Amino acid sequence: MQKFLRSERLPLHLMLLPSLAILAVYSYWPMAGIMIAFEKYIPTKGLFGSPWVGLRNFKYLFYLPDTQRVIINTLSIASMKIVAGLIVPIVIALLLNEVRKSMFKRAFQTLVYLPHFLSWVILGGILIDLLSPSNGLVNQALGVFGIQPIFFLGDNNWFQFILVSSDVWKEFGFNTIVYLAALTGINPTLYEAASIDGANRLRQAWHVTMPGIMPIAILMVTLSIGNVLNAGFDQIFNLYSTPVYESGDIIDTLVYRLGILQAQYGLATAVGLLKSTVSLILIACSYFLAYRFANYRIF
Amino acid sequence: MVSHTSISRKIFVVCNYTFLMALSLLCVLPLVHIFAVSLSSGAAASAGVVKLWPVDFTTAAYENIFNKPQYFTAFWVSVKRVLLGTSINLLLTITAAYPLSKDSSYFRARTVYVWIFVITILFSGGLIPWFMTVKATGLMDTIWALILPSAVPVFNVILLLNFFRSLPKELEESARMDGAGHMMILWKFYVPLSLPALATITLFSMVGHWNSWFDGLILMNNPDNYPMQTFLQTIIISKDPRFLSAQEAELLLNMSDRTSNAAQIYVAALPILLVYPFLQRFFVKGIVMGSVKE
Repeated sequence: MQKFLRSERLPLHLMLLPSLAILAVYSYWPMAGIMIAFEKYIPTKGLFGSPWVGLRNFKYLFYLPDTQRVIINTLSIASMKIVAGLIVPIVIALLLNEVRKSMFKRAFQTLVYLPHFLSWVILGGILIDLLSPSNGLVNQALGVFGIQPIFFLGDNNWFQFILVSSDVWKEFGFNTIVYLAALTGINPTLYEAASIDGANRLRQAWHVTMPGIMPIAILMVTLSIGNVLNAGFDQIFNLYSTPVYESGDIIDTLVYRLGILQAQYGLATAVGLLKSTVSLILIACSYFLAYRFANYRIF
Repeated sequence: MVSHTSISRKIFVVCNYTFLMALSLLCVLPLVHIFAVSLSSGAAASAGVVKLWPVDFTTAAYENIFNKPQYFTAFWVSVKRVLLGTSINLLLTITAAYPLSKDSSYFRARTVYVWIFVITILFSGGLIPWFMTVKATGLMDTIWALILPSAVPVFNVILLLNFFRSLPKELEESARMDGAGHMMILWKFYVPLSLPALATITLFSMVGHWNSWFDGLILMNNPDNYPMQTFLQTIIISKDPRFLSAQEAELLLNMSDRTSNAAQIYVAALPILLVYPFLQRFFVKGIVMGSVKE
């Protein structure tokens, strides 16, 4: 003990202490709170006093009509976002790479990642206004072509499309930068060699540029696997309404309604636990794959 | 590079510029449109004649905001949150990243500590147990509920520890020879050398705090404690009638929801728009910093 107190490493332990305390309380203690999933939780009796019900909450979930719907919605919205969020930035980065005027490049970048920094509350407010069927700008524009107003945010046929496209709209600028950074790292002599061999611009893009950004693209995909159960709570919560629960209700919004609004703590915690467990497996796999194939380490 | 200026190439270049220009406008025009709506008369806005320029210019919607005490209260809560939250985030990020950046051969406990941090990214108890914990620690309806639960931004810690590891080891070694302790090395060498990285982290943390709304929604029972974004969420998105007095409802009828919503959106987005030039300068660096490791 004496030795430890005089150790030159003691300050290092002390520096970590405040952070560890915060993590212990707000990250690790909630992990213990998972017990709620196996209890009929009564707030006044607390975590240890509430009656134990075993797997009853989980069984009940199987009979809940919403369960199947939210799982399908979550998976389909999240995977569409992952695919679109991968393709669009790559295409834009390739097109932007063909631009020679650096002024134009810089102006473009400045404009396109502005939405990334605005919250979904603000963007939600903007989208609600733009897509309004009565006087929204989008429906007015469609009206010019004789198309009847569409209630985009209230129509199950359109809702997922709006979610995916507005998410791409918000994030593509940010992700384009990542690929653009990879593009500038490609050795220019490769292009020269290709053009001497008679490759035109398109073939150069295919045979030099694409392989050049492949590692970072693979990395982005593997890391996004962990997000398959995150369909974007912030966005959906600010855009959805009861008529579009059928196409827009996801795991996280269900947990919110069950747990916070209806106070069905056991049930909501059970849903959350299932989600966290599957996410853990997916994230572990994706980090392992990213490490194997892209030599990526988080620390 | 050999440049071909064939006809097809020229056509491609023109199309490419046009497409990219249209795309960048697509990102900004919605914001311009809403701004135009916020400065138009209610009648023009509800008739849908406002496009990209205000019609019947008026600042009534903004004046209405300035007459609303709740709006100022929410703004103030947000300002407090950004200032307090960002400083605490920054302090904890620095003090955690430094020990974790040490080699495990020197600081053997490092491996264990790193895992303690990383596990929190991999697994969480979920919303309900987290909510119960915040409640149990007595933070509900205090500003600390918005600050303490997210006081340790683990991703930033990892970002900064990777940056610390890229600093030259010789500096630290020579300082240690001269008898400098860890505190001295951290504040006299590491921190001054990492200013760009710290600026990035600070800006991200500020934006994160300003934009957060969900924690305010579930952790504050009294709407007077709502930060800006939560307040906006409840009036624009959920249209909570609690916030409308009879007099205001009448005012809104005269002025239309649309202009008032647009103006409120703008006031809430203004701080972000103001720091945006700095943000975008740092954030490319930030991305590169996070992805490049030795």
